[in-house]
Amino acid sequence: MLEQVRLDEIRMKAEAAKNKKPAYGNDIDLDKYIHDVPTRERITTLNELSSGIKERALTIGMDASEALRSGSFFQHDQSVVISKSMQEGLELMDMNEALEKYDWLKDYYFKLVQPDADKFTAYSATHKVAGYFIRALPGAKIEFPLQACLYLGREGMIQNVHNVIIAEEGSELHIISGCTSDVHVTQGLHVGISEFYVKDNAKITFTMIHNWAENLVVRPRSSTRMGKNAVFMSNYVCMKPVKDIQMYPSSFMEGENGVARYNTVVVAPKGSHLDLGSKAVLKAKGCRAELVARTISTGGYIASRGMIEGDVPDTKAHLECRGLLLSDEGVIYAVPELLGVKQGVDLSHEAAVGKINEDEIQYLMARGVDADTATALIVRGFLDVDIEGLPPALQAEMKKNIELGEKASM
Amino acid sequence: MLNIENLTVEVDGKRILNDVSIFIGEGETHALFGPNGSGKTSLLFSIAGVPKYRVKSGRITFKGKDVTDAPMDERAKLGVGIMFQHPPVLRGVKLMDMVRISMERMNGGKKVTDEEVKELAKKLNLDNFLGRDVNLGFSGGEIKRSELLQLLAQHPDLVLLDEPDSGVDLVNIGLVGNTINELLQKDRKTVHRTKSGLIITHFGNILDYVKADKAYVMMKGTVLCQGNPVELLEDIRHRGYSECLSCLSK
Repeated sequence: MLEQVRLDEIRMKAEAAKNKKPAYGNDIDLDKYIHDVPTRERITTLNELSSGIKERALTIGMDASEALRSGSFFQHDQSVVISKSMQEGLELMDMNEALEKYDWLKDYYFKLVQPDADKFTAYSATHKVAGYFIRALPGAKIEFPLQACLYLGREGMIQNVHNVIIAEEGSELHIISGCTSDVHVTQGLHVGISEFYVKDNAKITFTMIHNWAENLVVRPRSSTRMGKNAVFMSNYVCMKPVKDIQMYPSSFMEGENGVARYNTVVVAPKGSHLDLGSKAVLKAKGCRAELVARTISTGGYIASRGMIEGDVPDTKAHLECRGLLLSDEGVIYAVPELLGVKQGVDLSHEAAVGKINEDEIQYLMARGVDADTATALIVRGFLDVDIEGLPPALQAEMKKNIELGEKASM
Repeated sequence: MLNIENLTVEVDGKRILNDVSIFIGEGETHALFGPNGSGKTSLLFSIAGVPKYRVKSGRITFKGKDVTDAPMDERAKLGVGIMFQHPPVLRGVKLMDMVRISMERMNGGKKVTDEEVKELAKKLNLDNFLGRDVNLGFSGGEIKRSELLQLLAQHPDLVLLDEPDSGVDLVNIGLVGNTINELLQKDRKTVHRTKSGLIITHFGNILDYVKADKAYVMMKGTVLCQGNPVELLEDIRHRGYSECLSCLSK
């Protein structure tokens, strides 16, 4: 179990930051939400979930049939109702269970994300928490993706999540992590801390899909530490209305020749406020990073941030923020930042915000395509980010989600 | 096939075509000469129906239908096909899908397999390009071949070609020429051809491969003269367009 001293230390730091405003995004009054919710009962198979829940879960990549999956995790409100690994070399459990089991978790828990970062991390550190602990043992290649769902099912609650994901040396891990809420839930707040450790020669692909409700507020806080030759690919898709999301995940690339990729694909309808970013800090020779954001506003607000920091020579990274404004009510604020502190860094960015180019629509119309279909084709193409090396199951999941969202937003 | 009568066109309030009249019969191929900025591309875009080319007066009739105000997609469905000289890049839209769209439309909406698209693309050595975003990173010659591939899929009755020979190397000019001949059914006897063409050419190189029945010289938005393509081209090659200016002032 995590030493009491360490827990006290985390709690103390957090207490001091409980009113600390976040660096980005809107401030949120945490007192508006319910902190304590009843426990949900454990289940033995995903099929025990109600059909309504299963249906919602399917929209974020959680498949109750578990075909082509290496493990399943389901957190309902504040209770982990099921967590099972179906492949050797893969550990998957409730964060609380892992904290009981492994002393050494003290070196991972609240090490990348600080408890006093802002009021949300502070809240998380000082309240009852759940979440997943995922670990690929050294050398284990987990071929199929593991599916995790964080399900918010109670009106007005705060869902408090803390995840730790470790890919030990030489291992490979693919994760579909979906977050969604019950169709009846109109208000709620999701706070989710995720700490990723990609050790030497290890690889993680992480695809996060959000399908919330119109009045939900979401504050993920995540950070990654990467070893030598480590690969971290993070994909984020949010195509459905949500009130307010702010996140700015970061990767600290500490080992030589690490590769980090972030792909963000979002649509903000009217009423949605998305303040999103991703950050890569290249701290070792040979590191490469690529941060790509494709954002569409059909009336909502999007801040599309990105930051690359090159600390040592022989590093290369590129940042791309492209935004499509499909409504005059929408706003897209692209903020690409580069920081090079040594000669020999090669950092670049491109940012573009605008409407659909009329020439492109006319080009398609010249082939006999009507204007509406032409627009849809261009929007789909815009969102079609090529994600190299993503397992087909994840790619399919992401594509499916993009298409579903597209239909809903057009 | 195509009848343009006294067409006057403006872009952003500026007159760019002035009282243009041409008639292209079924199975005929016409060529359009003229210096840069003379209105050749504007004429093609006006026929294709690009919205910013606003018809102020005159009429465009295609296959007996007045299409002066018809939207682009409607004209395409009627059988107008255009090769763009500077097409836009369609990010995320694959050439495969672009070709398939036209093939399926011509196929009465029936599904067309990847293999069928590949077969067609092979004709233009573009089978390896089908997975790429349309026009993204294409060279000048690759753009020409991609445009022709899309036209092959589209089977237009009227083929509008904007400088099909510019930027094409000697190896590919034959391929481009052959494809245009296929589009225009040049293998058939004159009387059996049903496809018509209007080809813009700056230097006339493509006419070594594709025979035209008639040619026009355009200048300052007006058709100055018309006649035998070979003779007109000879005149232009020897005397340049400067002499045309005197015709303009007549």
